[in-house]
Amino acid sequence: MSPTTAGILFILSLIAFLVLTHRPLGDYMYRVYSGARHLGIERVIYRLIGVRPDAEQRWSVYARSLLAFSAISILFLYGLQRLQDKLFLSLGMAPVTDHVAWNTAVSFVTNTNWQSYSGESTMGHLVQMAGLAVQNFVSAAVGMAVAIALVRGFARRRTEELGNFWVDLVRGSVRILLPIAFVGALALVAGGLVQNFAAPHDVTTLTGGTQAITGGPVASQEIIKELGTNGGGFYNTNSAHPFENAVSWTNWLEIAAILVIPFALPRTFGRMVGDRRQGYAITAVMATLALISVALLTSLELAHGGTVPQATGAAMEGKEVRFGVADSAAFAAATTLTSTGAVDSFHDSYTALGGMITMFNMMLGEVAPGGVGAGLYGMLVLAVITVFVAGLMVGRTPEYLGKKIGAREIKLASMYFLVTPVLVLTGTAFAMGSPEQRASMLNTGPHGFSEVLYAFTSASNNNGSAFGGLTVNTPWYDVALGLCMALGRFLPIVFVLALAGSLARQSPVPASAGTLPTHRPQFVGMVVGVTLILVALTFLPALALGPLAEGIH
Amino acid sequence: MERMPSWIRQHLAALRALLVLTLILGGLYPLAVTAAAQLGFNGEANGSLVENAAGEKVGSALVGQNFTDKDGKPVRKYFQSRPSAAGDGYDMLATSASNLGPEDILDVLPVPGATNTEGEPDTGKRSLLTQVCSRSRAAGELEGVSGARPYCTADGVGAVLKVFPAVGVPARVVSANQACPATPFLAEYRGVRVECATPGEDYAAGRTVPVRGPAKAVVPADAVTASGSGLDPHISVAYAELQAPRVARERGLAVAEVRRLITENTAGRALGFMGEPAVNVLRLNLALDRG
Repeated sequence: MSPTTAGILFILSLIAFLVLTHRPLGDYMYRVYSGARHLGIERVIYRLIGVRPDAEQRWSVYARSLLAFSAISILFLYGLQRLQDKLFLSLGMAPVTDHVAWNTAVSFVTNTNWQSYSGESTMGHLVQMAGLAVQNFVSAAVGMAVAIALVRGFARRRTEELGNFWVDLVRGSVRILLPIAFVGALALVAGGLVQNFAAPHDVTTLTGGTQAITGGPVASQEIIKELGTNGGGFYNTNSAHPFENAVSWTNWLEIAAILVIPFALPRTFGRMVGDRRQGYAITAVMATLALISVALLTSLELAHGGTVPQATGAAMEGKEVRFGVADSAAFAAATTLTSTGAVDSFHDSYTALGGMITMFNMMLGEVAPGGVGAGLYGMLVLAVITVFVAGLMVGRTPEYLGKKIGAREIKLASMYFLVTPVLVLTGTAFAMGSPEQRASMLNTGPHGFSEVLYAFTSASNNNGSAFGGLTVNTPWYDVALGLCMALGRFLPIVFVLALAGSLARQSPVPASAGTLPTHRPQFVGMVVGVTLILVALTFLPALALGPLAEGIH
Repeated sequence: MERMPSWIRQHLAALRALLVLTLILGGLYPLAVTAAAQLGFNGEANGSLVENAAGEKVGSALVGQNFTDKDGKPVRKYFQSRPSAAGDGYDMLATSASNLGPEDILDVLPVPGATNTEGEPDTGKRSLLTQVCSRSRAAGELEGVSGARPYCTADGVGAVLKVFPAVGVPARVVSANQACPATPFLAEYRGVRVECATPGEDYAAGRTVPVRGPAKAVVPADAVTASGSGLDPHISVAYAELQAPRVARERGLAVAEVRRLITENTAGRALGFMGEPAVNVLRLNLALDRG
């Protein structure tokens, strides 16, 4: 079988998996977020937290709870890293330096998992397990909570209530992420991932050299890193590391884990708004964009354009033999189309145009299918913008799911959309304007620019993958990228929750002859078009200076 | 609690929530997974360690090694792993990819006699292309085949010209990666004599022209590229085949016997379509040592 055929089958098998899981998982999540009953363990948790689970929150209270939880999380994670040498299981690692600790704390709480440190030489097992991996769960649950709150905004009428943040947080963590993670972690161990608390120990190699074999609770963290679309590797080389991704089928499983929740959430959305077709339409938009992207990226990598890939004869720099080019490209597409940022191969060494696709995926706003929760709310905002654009064309007040998209709604949606381009472009401009920051580039010429553009794109969109050549563990980059991650996460969330609040207050307008149907292929095509055009207009000039200049001679 | 301002109550609830969830997700969950993994998959959970004939642990079946001597030269009786960017090669405490881009083709040539800020001699910086070319040449020499590749010179650096002026009719052409007194890989470029490069001279203003040349590569791609992890335990079947005659000769074995061991230590695609066929180098070398 040729590598291309195998690569196509690999993608088809993932699609089949997502089709099979879409309904049951989507329905399950619908029941989790809509059910009135609390599990016994959940009641205990609510009592310990000191909240009343049946008290509903207005959008502003929901947002304040979320922000309080995230702020406390950042402080806690910062402190844990700074004090790791005083605690157990630190493996003798020194306290993490202040700017790296700040960057890492923000990074994991915002579901970005950008890493300006190298796992095996910076973080002890306790920080990994009780700090970073916990945020892998809860930052994902926060993302899902926001998406569910927005969907409630569409589904509910004449109310101020959007649900209870603490309930959504706990249910997402305990009922959705935890059980899948437990089963998945054991599957990964069966494939060869390590799961122990050992410190590095030396063995004598065949030729008499010494090799330190590292350990750690890797599998338990690896699965939630993918499932929660987090992406922060236990080790520096992330999912390329054999102890994080041992064989070709663990690679498949990790991609599947990345995509399974984001692709099932539109079903949950369809159920909650009482019209499954709306969910299918959103799924169709996500799938269309994802398929175009994965097809382009895989074929560009297999075609190995560019001087070095032509010299080597296959784009194998930065890729593992057991995965091969095609499956590595599929992973790269999945990780950048969602907000994951885990990598099983190194994007910096991709072909110029292949690398551009990974960047473009993130620039789409990570909506195809996007991060857990973040993808759905991002896509719904794009749908709102699309009905607005369509409304302008025919001169009618736009509606979506029976809710009027008036001035307040479209302002919130537009501000949501504008946050990341502002962060990406100003951040990149500042870095490029300073000789000191330019010195962080490993590569020269357009590729060096791509490294910086990638860094700010990844941080602002909460992805976390990198063109890894850029030296980012400097105070400037740690602070700047940390700010991008925080603003790129929490500003959009506040806008989304405000939008949800304003939608929930409305009473639905009955559909009329002039209402744009939002479940037909026509609407799917329009959302795809609006997304591509908005992103292309925003970022094409920047891409032209980097990967396009490099890839097109 | 009810008397406190609501923002303090909110943050207290947040802190408690974080602590409770840390206990469950950061304590109980990893411990439960570890317990189940240690019981059910003990070997895997502890790193898939492998032993030699004497029963000593010599590494992990999932992690590659250097099969080189103290000077970094390949030990000829062993199959060689891929190039690695992890520390000095296959260092699990410093895993890394090269992160060099597809157009990283211009070397910074070391200036003889110059020193860096720490007083060490200037080593310059070899581009990814030159690294590929020199690895290809070295592998060719080791296996007794041609190490030639597209975009590579015969002396194993990137075949790249700097043409001046950048736009218009060439007036001066330099083979950018070949330090004088090397003979440029091309005598003439569009009627202009090609010069060798003077280390330290700034050629940035020129147009960069990589020259493909007629060569076809014999040495496979994985033999000249660094992996993503720097720990790749595998090589391609093609690279193993290339090394088989040398290993057979060094060990006094029939090539067919070595080939049989290659096949035994090759993992095919999972379910027939996942990944690529891959030869586990450590397992293969262990099998050879066992005889």
